[in-house]
Amino acid sequence: MAPTQRSFAQSIWEFFCSLKLTIFLLISLALTSIIGTILPQGQLPPEYVAQISPTKLQIYSKLGFFDMYHSWWFITLLYVFSLNLVCCSIKRLPHVLKFINEPLLVLGDSQRNTFSLKQEIPVSGAPAAGRDTLVEFLKREVASPVVTEHSGEYHLFAQKNAWSRLGVYVVHFSILVIFIGAIIGSLFGYKGYVSIVEGSAVSAVEARNGQQISLGFEVRCEKFAVDFYPTGAPKEFRSLLTILENGQPVPGYKDVKVIVNHPLSYKGITFYQSSYGQANEGSEHYLTVNQRNGAGAERFAIHEGESVTFKDGTTLKLLETAQDVRPFMPDFTGAAARVEVTYKNKSPQTFIVFKDYPEVNAQRGDALIFGYQGTNARMYTGLQVARDPGVWVVWLGCTLMILGLYIAFFMSHKRVWIVLSKGHARMYGNASKNQAAFAMQFEDLADKLKNQKI
Amino acid sequence: MTSSMLFNATTLAYMASMVVFFGFLASRNQKVGLAGSLLAYAGLSVQTIAIGLRWKESYDMGVGHAPLSNLYESVVFFSWTIILIYMFIDLKYKYRIVGAFVVPFALLGMAWAQLGLASNIEPLVPALQSNWLLYHVITCFLGYAAFAVACGVSIMYLIKAAHEENSSSSVSAGGLMSLFPPTRVLDDLNYRAIMIGFPLLTLGIITGAAWANYAWGTYWSWDPKETWSLIVWFVYAAFLHARFTRGWVGKRAAWLSIIGFAATIFCYLGVNLFLSGLHSYGGGK
Ligand code: HEM
Repeated sequence: MAPTQRSFAQSIWEFFCSLKLTIFLLISLALTSIIGTILPQGQLPPEYVAQISPTKLQIYSKLGFFDMYHSWWFITLLYVFSLNLVCCSIKRLPHVLKFINEPLLVLGDSQRNTFSLKQEIPVSGAPAAGRDTLVEFLKREVASPVVTEHSGEYHLFAQKNAWSRLGVYVVHFSILVIFIGAIIGSLFGYKGYVSIVEGSAVSAVEARNGQQISLGFEVRCEKFAVDFYPTGAPKEFRSLLTILENGQPVPGYKDVKVIVNHPLSYKGITFYQSSYGQANEGSEHYLTVNQRNGAGAERFAIHEGESVTFKDGTTLKLLETAQDVRPFMPDFTGAAARVEVTYKNKSPQTFIVFKDYPEVNAQRGDALIFGYQGTNARMYTGLQVARDPGVWVVWLGCTLMILGLYIAFFMSHKRVWIVLSKGHARMYGNASKNQAAFAMQFEDLADKLKNQKI
Repeated sequence: MTSSMLFNATTLAYMASMVVFFGFLASRNQKVGLAGSLLAYAGLSVQTIAIGLRWKESYDMGVGHAPLSNLYESVVFFSWTIILIYMFIDLKYKYRIVGAFVVPFALLGMAWAQLGLASNIEPLVPALQSNWLLYHVITCFLGYAAFAVACGVSIMYLIKAAHEENSSSSVSAGGLMSLFPPTRVLDDLNYRAIMIGFPLLTLGIITGAAWANYAWGTYWSWDPKETWSLIVWFVYAAFLHARFTRGWVGKRAAWLSIIGFAATIFCYLGVNLFLSGLHSYGGGK
């Protein structure tokens, strides 16, 4: 019974160590990842739901395709991937360390035949006399050699960058470090959103899962502003934020300018400028109405969505307002209101009245001329909020990965042996990477060896 | 002198270089090959000046930023990096003929940019106003260019290998094929180009993640562009492992490299044309 059990465990172990599995996993991850770039992820847009057949919708949801990067099977793939990586390293690392720490000091006859790079020179004197010259030679040209005497021959061994064989393991380890960082972030961090009306403060934010999270301090939006390029494209969204502890501004965190690409961090929580708008709720808008014949003007206040009816039976409904119309109407700037006006017994008409262009408002040929004078509404700033205590682990992993890739690809373990026997010295060499370049170095070395007087 | 005139000159230089390289393939005259390389380098120099000039022009317009902010500028930069990597291979490994299979990619890019894309200098939207843009785009594109070179070399490999199979029974034809580096060398060049491209792509993904984290507080959000860059990364990781441990060299390696570059091009262009996301290149958004 014992042997079969062992061989079962053994074959599981072999399975998780196998590089076939690695390639299978890499290709599977690549192929399955495509799904999530084609199908919408997270909240499904209603247009999508309307257009897809119900059976498909059901199958896809069952398979987790609409949140595939968090689906059980994708996460399982990642776990198997990590397991593969760990097992493979456990299996191979001891061999590599042994290889580094216990280099092959003595070259047997059969081993000598396997080298493509070799050079022989004649030695006239006794081997022991030539030995010191060659030790000096290797010390100067490669590295200080280890000398071993073996059945009447001297074996000199010199190596460089043996540790570069560990580069691949640094890369593999770095992947695990990044995973650990990501897990820490998902366990102990959160992503959220908060909007703050100018002049007001918040002490909690809403996380993506809808939960309210208390910050432990307050954030006040002192002011919000938008700048535009002459073309009407937005140039800068700017919030001035103040952090308050116990109602008092924290020194150094007063009126901090936050723009896109320049967030504000306090106590591990970071606030990112992400959106803005006008806090319309309860705010008043001021409009004017004039008779075209000049018989009296009137100013009135109204909320968005409300209507007023004038003496002559005309009604005006305020549909929406904007404090800067340039993004929508590049030829105009400043505030404007979209209104729906219904003259008595006529059908409603919708148009825009500007604050800064009374002459445009007057160009409409109707009996009444409308104007917009602005609002007491304030702006709000929309901020993404994130806390991610794992992010430094992720950056550590990334640094290790780049370092490891550099070592793995561009550093090479170079080894040179010289076997000094009666009558001749033979030099052998190999390198773990970039053999072509090493071959040239070896030729160089061989030329210098020929000039040694021994 | 405007940058757009210089870009036109660049396109012409690459076109001339390609034609001369084809002449090189036909004539096997080393002097013709040298002319092909020199034309490509002339194009590269003019293009370098043009990119610098466009950078300056953006400052003159008062919207100063590095010329890496829209599809036009990125395609131009992509062409530039391809020729740069080609120059490296020509000078270091002395395989001039690779130009015949690499310069057409650069020409294609320039021609498309000059004829098909809007070349206005636009002010940067707030999301792109960051130095990370520079680091991110440069590393990604150097990586892409290395993969383009690997793809060109792989195509050469497949042509040469097919030719050798066919002609092994008959008399060795020599001719055009003798101009190609030996298959062994092409295979090695493929691997080397990917050894350069893979760390650069890795850096590109990392700088992108660092930027996203700095600007939005998430280093990874499975945006289609991010995901596709990861897919490309997986493909080349598979290439490295298959080669190293399963002896996938030669033909299979060449095919994997071509598939990898197809995925790269999809990541660069396809994602913007067919999918939606946070990245700004390509009309979408
Ligand atoms: C399940 C996952 C993985 C396993 C089990 C695995 C295993 C291996 C093994 C056994 C080697 C050969 C090492 C040697 O003895 O020299 C190797 C090489 C390598 N691996 Fe991985 N690997 C995995 C994933 C990755 C990933 C995702 C990367 C991406 C960066 C990577 C990067 C490398 C590199 C750069 C090499 C060196 C290849 C070369 O020198 O051409 N590995 N891997």
